[in-house]
Amino acid sequence: SSTEKTTHFGFQTVTESKKADKVAEVFSSVASSYDRMNDVMSAGIHRLWKDHFVRSLNPGRRPGGSPMNILDVAGGTGDIAFRILDHATKINHDTQTRVTCADINADMLREGERRSLVDTSYGGTDRISFIVQNAETLDAIPNNSVDLYTISFGVRNVTNIPTALKSAHRVLKPGGVFACLEFSKVRPAILDAIYQRYSFSVIPMMGQLVAGDRDSYQYLVESIKMFPSQEEFAKMVEEAGFMLPGKGFEELTFGVASIWKGVKSL
Amino acid sequence: MNRLPARRPFSVLSRPPPSYPGHVPVNSFEKTFLAFTSLLGSFLNPRRGDLIALAGETTSTPYFLPRLRRTMLSHPTGRAILRHRPEITPTSIPAVSTLLSYPPTTLGYTYARWLHTHNLSPFTRPPVRYVPTPELAYVLLRYRQSHDFYHAITGLPAIREGEVPLKLFEFMNLGLPMTGLAAGSYVTLKKRERERVWDIYFPWAIRAGLECEALINVWWEKELESDVGELRRRLGLVIPPDMRALRKAERMRERGSAVDVSTAPAPASAIS
Repeated sequence: SSTEKTTHFGFQTVTESKKADKVAEVFSSVASSYDRMNDVMSAGIHRLWKDHFVRSLNPGRRPGGSPMNILDVAGGTGDIAFRILDHATKINHDTQTRVTCADINADMLREGERRSLVDTSYGGTDRISFIVQNAETLDAIPNNSVDLYTISFGVRNVTNIPTALKSAHRVLKPGGVFACLEFSKVRPAILDAIYQRYSFSVIPMMGQLVAGDRDSYQYLVESIKMFPSQEEFAKMVEEAGFMLPGKGFEELTFGVASIWKGVKSL
Repeated sequence: MNRLPARRPFSVLSRPPPSYPGHVPVNSFEKTFLAFTSLLGSFLNPRRGDLIALAGETTSTPYFLPRLRRTMLSHPTGRAILRHRPEITPTSIPAVSTLLSYPPTTLGYTYARWLHTHNLSPFTRPPVRYVPTPELAYVLLRYRQSHDFYHAITGLPAIREGEVPLKLFEFMNLGLPMTGLAAGSYVTLKKRERERVWDIYFPWAIRAGLECEALINVWWEKELESDVGELRRRLGLVIPPDMRALRKAERMRERGSAVDVSTAPAPASAIS
């Protein structure tokens, strides 16, 4: 309709209803080469970020406690979900904690499901499940049911971030933890100057060469630039009703990525 | 007049607006990087058609593509093609089945026959994105879309042994660096193929490519009903020996020198 609200898709302005479709297209097109591209773009550093993200959350049953019900949003290919299960099983000796892997894109989920069967021992068990969900509604997830909500490199693709944060708040149990890993602003300015040029020149070229798809990677780098700063996003997390530990975020690799955490009050 | 519009150096953070839909303005670092990596990539994996296309686009400017455009401007048909910008797509020419019903001496029949033998259909070539101006982008697109006609009119098959001399022919005829570099795939041919190409097809490619009129000036869509022999005479195009026939003859020779199993004595059977 002519009065429909608009939002950004990278640097383009689109109606909100169009954005979800366009994002879905991008991820269908990158699904199969996603990991190779992540490695190429971040020189493999994305693996370190994800390892640190999961380790710092320490998922799994505490001594004398109960197993966790964990929701990993926009986690299509399973990167975080597998790490969570590995950590719970190996570090906390917890074989009951389970992860629900939710993503708006069925192609990414299919890739995750395939990997769970081929690369891990969790595939086909009740420890991991895959479901198509929109982060803004999470309509299949009941209120107050999740111990830990994670979203890794997904929140910047959401059409309406405050709505997604409110949904996260709804599904978490009181005392539950919200954790977000996402690209952020690089500091200091000199490093940022280099980083911007790398993003807007090298990454789209690598997208063309490695994946044959320049446009999707152009979108990806534009969406990184459009995402709020560390402080701005921390404020948004707080406004959704979470309590922030400290300043609410931890920067990684000079701010190329950051981890935000919040706790739903009891 | 013949030089490209002077491009001001720009930062990748504020690229100039595209000159045509799909255009990606790149600076010289990016163009060089893309040229080297796409050339390497297409050599290592010739099935990546998009890398071959990218290599063609990033190596044809400056100089070579403008020169090809000048070739078109100095020929009446070339000028007409530039004005009307016809495109050869699966829908802009008659279907292969229709073309096969044309008289067998026509270009249309020869083209359809060639496609049919290779079990190919005319397919849409990727659009040009990394060439600076719309007209130069069209010239490169025209070359890309006409490639199958070059195969048909020279009779060279769509196998590696046929592509290599055709690329050299295109280089001598049109002057695009990518075609000359692609002829370097000669080193990946089998020994027998290399011998044939070196002895017969490369010398043909050089002489015929230089003597023939620039094929970029042929309005293929309008020549579908022309007699193909007459068209070749008009263009001054000499065609090479039939490669498929030569390959078949060699296979028969090899088979003939092997032991004829059907006349050998039957081995004693362990099972009666």
